[in-house]
Amino acid sequence: MAIFLTKDSKVIVQGMTGAEGMKHTRRMSAAGTEIVGGVNPRKAGRVVELDDRAVPVFGTVREAVDRTGADVSVIFVPPPFAEAAVTEAADAGIGLAVLITEGIPVHDAVAFQHHARRRGTRVIGPNCPGLITPGQSNAGIIPADIAPQPGPIGLVSKSGTLTYQLMHELRDTGFSTCVGIGGDPVIGTSHIDCLTAFEADPETELIVLIGEIGGDAEERAADFIAAHVTKPVVAYIAGFTAPEGRTMGHAGAIVSGSSGTAAGKRRALEAAGVRVGTTPTETARLVREQWEDLR
Amino acid sequence: MDLFEHQARELFDSYGVLVPPAEVARTAPEARAAAARLGGRVVVKGQVKTGGRGKAGGVKMAADPAAAELTARQILGMAIKGHMARSVMLAQPVEVAEEYYVSYALDRACGTFLAIASAEGGMDIEDVAAARPDAVARIPIDPGEGVTEAVARRIADAAHLPADVVPTLRALWRVMAAEDALLVEVNPLVRTADGVIVALDGKVTLDDNARYRQGRWGVGEEYGNGHPGGGALGEAEGAGRAGGVGGAGEVSADVLERTAAAKGLNYVKLDGEVGVIGNGAGLVMSTLDVVAGCGARPANFLDIGGGASAQVMADGLTVVLADPAVRSVLVNVFGGITACDAVAHGIVAALERVRLTKPLVVRLDGNNAERGRAVLDEYPHPLLHRADTMDAAAKRAAELAANVGA
Repeated sequence: MAIFLTKDSKVIVQGMTGAEGMKHTRRMSAAGTEIVGGVNPRKAGRVVELDDRAVPVFGTVREAVDRTGADVSVIFVPPPFAEAAVTEAADAGIGLAVLITEGIPVHDAVAFQHHARRRGTRVIGPNCPGLITPGQSNAGIIPADIAPQPGPIGLVSKSGTLTYQLMHELRDTGFSTCVGIGGDPVIGTSHIDCLTAFEADPETELIVLIGEIGGDAEERAADFIAAHVTKPVVAYIAGFTAPEGRTMGHAGAIVSGSSGTAAGKRRALEAAGVRVGTTPTETARLVREQWEDLR
Repeated sequence: MDLFEHQARELFDSYGVLVPPAEVARTAPEARAAAARLGGRVVVKGQVKTGGRGKAGGVKMAADPAAAELTARQILGMAIKGHMARSVMLAQPVEVAEEYYVSYALDRACGTFLAIASAEGGMDIEDVAAARPDAVARIPIDPGEGVTEAVARRIADAAHLPADVVPTLRALWRVMAAEDALLVEVNPLVRTADGVIVALDGKVTLDDNARYRQGRWGVGEEYGNGHPGGGALGEAEGAGRAGGVGGAGEVSADVLERTAAAKGLNYVKLDGEVGVIGNGAGLVMSTLDVVAGCGARPANFLDIGGGASAQVMADGLTVVLADPAVRSVLVNVFGGITACDAVAHGIVAALERVRLTKPLVVRLDGNNAERGRAVLDEYPHPLLHRADTMDAAAKRAAELAANVGA
């Protein structure tokens, strides 16, 4: 069953005909994603050949939804066009909008997240690798061959490469769904949203939570775990050595004064009964131990 | 990007927020002349992008131009929490009747902007909020609506501020929205003895992601940040002479960061001895932590992104090796979309262009890791080391850094 994305998801790509959009559309299709079309107003009416099928390019998301029944959109547009793209997807009734784009102004993100929430559209990202349900569907840029086998682990992460690292280390155990929620200060889907979905998903038996410095999403996730999550959670936090006041790569990764520190997040998670690894490899070991305990 | 107080003041002024008459000076004689133009008696305020300036002696009254020159001499060059005051702002003193606190800030948890306001200004708002939570009003701003007359009244009422702050609240929101700011803070916002509402201090953080549509940030030195086309960071912490602490010929942190920015690299200088290069912000942060866990200190954060081409790798190595504190370098790449053999070829090509002066440890994992490792193993270089795991690579780099000095 997995979360948010299954083999039944019908996926369109906004910005499919650009270089990145085309490359990743082919990769998604090869990983089993049911790509039903692309959207580009300037190239409407064209057909794009994928490995095993040809898909149409529509002028609008509305048209794509009406003609294909699409319910997921993966968005690869440059930052100045992101707000319009998400708004269009939400207005067309898309249930899940996966926004890969990095570098979107925060004022735009606040506006489109607000709009999407009111329309009932879940946004994942921005500045994220998307999500993958191994063996079923891949919406975004996570390399599907890192961990092709389905399994019991649900993973939620702010970081793309740490997602890949943990997927790689735990590929033998396998994943239900891996969600990269993004490293921006304003994101559409939080750790808590994913924990809620993983807790309800019968195929997920344990959860890996990857966080990093900045904000208090991990602290709030810790409170949520203590109150609402019965499945075991193992966590990893990056950024213990980050200096105060400096942005570490991700726009949201910044320690402000005494808030947003890795140590504070670790304390909060441990207080909620979550085991926290000190390195990605140790985290993977804790997950395997936890999985052995469950079996 | 944080602005200096005098930049925030100019911004406020251009949006109709009242501010005291003021001038900026970079030398003590300039300060004397500015004080004379401002009427003699002035407040001299060191320009640093950090709080706690008053307590550190960075803000002082001067009774006349001669005193302003003397005071400016004391403050210029002063280090306040590691930030050197390279200019002072001289402002006409204001007779204060009441002090308030007002800011607009991002609420990450809710994904909205918040107005935060209090009738108890002049102090650290976190202290006020901790001591008397009721004294601090927090009002979410609807992004579609902004701060209308009605919203501004609601903020003022909630914070027990007089109604005549409403125009200022609206003007400050216009700064926030039109300038793509992430933070606009005025502490204190004051009512003068004459009954006028004036912003006595200002803190503004602009969103670097909005640079492409904020033309004025790129114009002149005031808003530059060292990026190509972004001006030359007029007086930010540290150009050239700011190196200061080191001896002649030493490359300062700021010069390294500017060099990296000019090459489009995502680099942050830290104060350790193991240079770190990796792909992806999360993985690089994690690598810094693992290095620290091995008893060494990371010298920098450097994220070269997904592709890890020869040119980017060469640029990255050049910047990291230019740091005199670096004693070993750790390259940690997880091959996702880009296969490790392509990354390995990029590293080899980079080593043909850059003279390696310190030991380099490379860890490649992920897509095509075996082939990538083989490429490195076949490249004979006495300073090139390879490790299979992140933990082993960090340990090796830490050992090499310790041995270099021995």
